[in-house]
Amino acid sequence: MACTLLDALDPGTEFRMSPPPYDEMRADDGGVRAHYRAFADWMDRTTPEHIAQKRGEAERAFHRVGITFAVYGEDAGTERLIPFDLVPRIIPADEWETLEAGLKQRVRALNMFLNDIYHEQAILKAGVIPPERVLGNEQFRHEMAGMKVAGGIYAHIAGVDVVRAGAGEYYVLEDNLRVPSGVSYMLENRKMMMRLFPELFATRSIRPVQHYPDMLLENLRAVSPHGEEQPTVAVLTPGAYNSAYFEHAFLAQQMGVELVEGIDLFVQNDTVYMRTTRGPQRVHVIYRRVDDDYLDPLAFRPDSQLGVPGLFAAYRAGRVTLANAIGTGVADDKSIYPYVPDMVRFYLTEEPVLNNVPTYMLHRPKECEYALAHLSDLVVKEVHGAGGYGMLIGPAASKAELEAFRQRILAAPHKYIAQPTLALSTCPTFVDSGVAPRHIDLRPYVLSGTDIDLVPGGLTRVALREGSLVVNSSQGGGTKDTWVLAR
Amino acid sequence: MLCRTANELYWMARHIERAENTARLLDVTYRTSLLPYQMQDAGLGWADPWAVPLITSGLATAYYERFSGVSTESVLRYMILDSANPSSIFCCLRAARESARSVRGAITSEMYEDLNGAWIDMRTYDYDRIESGGFSDFLDWVKMRSHLFRGVTFGTMLRDEAYHFIRLGTHIERADNTARILDTKYHILLPSVTDVGGAVDYYQWQSLLTCVSGFESYRKIYSDVITPHRVAELLVLRDDMPRSLHSCMNFIYETLDLLCDQHSAELSRQAGELHARLHYGRLDEMMDFGLHEYLVDFLERIAGLGGEVSRVFLVPTN
Repeated sequence: MACTLLDALDPGTEFRMSPPPYDEMRADDGGVRAHYRAFADWMDRTTPEHIAQKRGEAERAFHRVGITFAVYGEDAGTERLIPFDLVPRIIPADEWETLEAGLKQRVRALNMFLNDIYHEQAILKAGVIPPERVLGNEQFRHEMAGMKVAGGIYAHIAGVDVVRAGAGEYYVLEDNLRVPSGVSYMLENRKMMMRLFPELFATRSIRPVQHYPDMLLENLRAVSPHGEEQPTVAVLTPGAYNSAYFEHAFLAQQMGVELVEGIDLFVQNDTVYMRTTRGPQRVHVIYRRVDDDYLDPLAFRPDSQLGVPGLFAAYRAGRVTLANAIGTGVADDKSIYPYVPDMVRFYLTEEPVLNNVPTYMLHRPKECEYALAHLSDLVVKEVHGAGGYGMLIGPAASKAELEAFRQRILAAPHKYIAQPTLALSTCPTFVDSGVAPRHIDLRPYVLSGTDIDLVPGGLTRVALREGSLVVNSSQGGGTKDTWVLAR
Repeated sequence: MLCRTANELYWMARHIERAENTARLLDVTYRTSLLPYQMQDAGLGWADPWAVPLITSGLATAYYERFSGVSTESVLRYMILDSANPSSIFCCLRAARESARSVRGAITSEMYEDLNGAWIDMRTYDYDRIESGGFSDFLDWVKMRSHLFRGVTFGTMLRDEAYHFIRLGTHIERADNTARILDTKYHILLPSVTDVGGAVDYYQWQSLLTCVSGFESYRKIYSDVITPHRVAELLVLRDDMPRSLHSCMNFIYETLDLLCDQHSAELSRQAGELHARLHYGRLDEMMDFGLHEYLVDFLERIAGLGGEVSRVFLVPTN
């Protein structure tokens, strides 16, 4: 299915509040946590009128600049804003260090896994992951088997969704390795905060994120097919009607590279060219924001209007690099997710720094039995589902829904996984009645190319409705600036 | 620059210019329709002043396929608001804004915001609102939005390829439109030969000049009565008159000179030839040849030039 901004922003709707959730700003005794103290003091000194005025200013600025996403199914050209909240999500230096180490470790292992399964398949031979889980996976691209990709890197850009639960421990909820989106909001949110409240940044304790486009370009250049000195990089977009088009245009412009659509490219002698007013110009690296299925009508979906005929042949010939590679979906599939900690152990001989959410794999009879007995406490996900489709949220489901799902699980247990419901952490947020806690998640963007790196920060999404755990932009979700504090 | 980007920029400029010229054409029609006018042959639809903008814009066939007769309202609706007429002001602004949106990285944010604003305003107009506010008010608004966009472009944009394609689009469209507007007067507005040189004739020439913002310039240059020869000289041959064919060809020729290389020699040659005809052309020869014939020939050549621009730069085949 087409990966859109809305789908990609889907956080997993399953986390439900049973114990009191961890509050990012306030400790259990109500006192402000140390890393929020400077901000809390500023809030105390600032009048509500001033804040209200700034909120209006932010909204107008986002509209004028056109930081919008298209809404499908409405009049063509309908564009909406994703609400922006002024209270930042703040991460203290030591927590970030752990997160950073864990994210790098995880993405390194995931790239090694992808390289392995498309070549030697050592992890399958060692029996760490049952071969049929990988080879029989719809997301496994047999076309990629044995193919060499530049630098052995598959997921150049990974958007790893992280949540906090219980007493504040971090969990990885999902590894997005296909075409993760949302990074433009991370950058625009920071720009907006600095414009509205420059005084907050005066202490220079907030680490900058604005070099992300430079870092991205550097990483993309590093994976050019033959190590060309001046490779031409382009961003491939499905077009102006795609919901994330703003982001595609934004990243191309920030990197100073062309934003191309399928029709702008053609392939001759296994070489990709852009049609320019000065004649054909070779393209070496394509940061593609088009799904695998639509990339090349000759190799994949023949009805695709978005792709470039012959692109896959050029890719296979090693004449162009695609970022991300084709076939990364197998590594972020929900049926593979439970094995990621094992991948870390297998490839890196290290213990994983970041936790997975405990997951029951229902093809294992014991776990299936347990899950069926506790269905009303669990979240059940279809393994190949995305965007919240095919999901059961046990505590919120009716008896009939539970029963229907039970039958579906019994019919095909290998298609499902189950997880306990966790309470997402909350962060103070401006709402109609003032400031109140709302649930949040975090998506940092991990880049692989020269090395593995990420800017200190990410996109924090917030569920604006009270008690809601849905941070989806289509369902009342908003975003916040994310501050990582310097030591 | 990507061909698609150049294509969008070129058509963005053409659509804005077309919206402006359509407004000018409707304005002159409106003024002319207020003059004392007697239909010589009541049965002839084309003799109605409101048929003129349709014929001039090459839309008469498409119009008569959907409507049986002309009236002020039906023509104004068709030319201003009709979403099925790709040359209506509504469609032109929509197309220009869509083009700008799809290549917004290639233009300045001021340009996008200006065009976006024009489109947002356009969507608030319906026929009743235009009628109650006065047609001239609305048509002036369209002209002003076009002036504003041109000003923002001129004032903010890097003089790169993108700028050149915008300028090329503007002047190819304008040359085409000026030729059409001028041709209108010569053959259509006065169905009866006996009217030539009469009072109605005079006022029609005056309206035509006003429509292309040439009336005041005419007064300054000639300080004399309006004659068809002088109008033709002003709008075809003089290069200090910004909407004249010669002036447009100067811009087109200069711009293509910057854009063309050895692969586009034929395009460069065509532009040079057409430019030379205006640069070295003589009024007497033109009038002897027949102004209408001259303009028809020019329209063919400018269309040919536009086609060549497309073939070379905008939608090349591999």
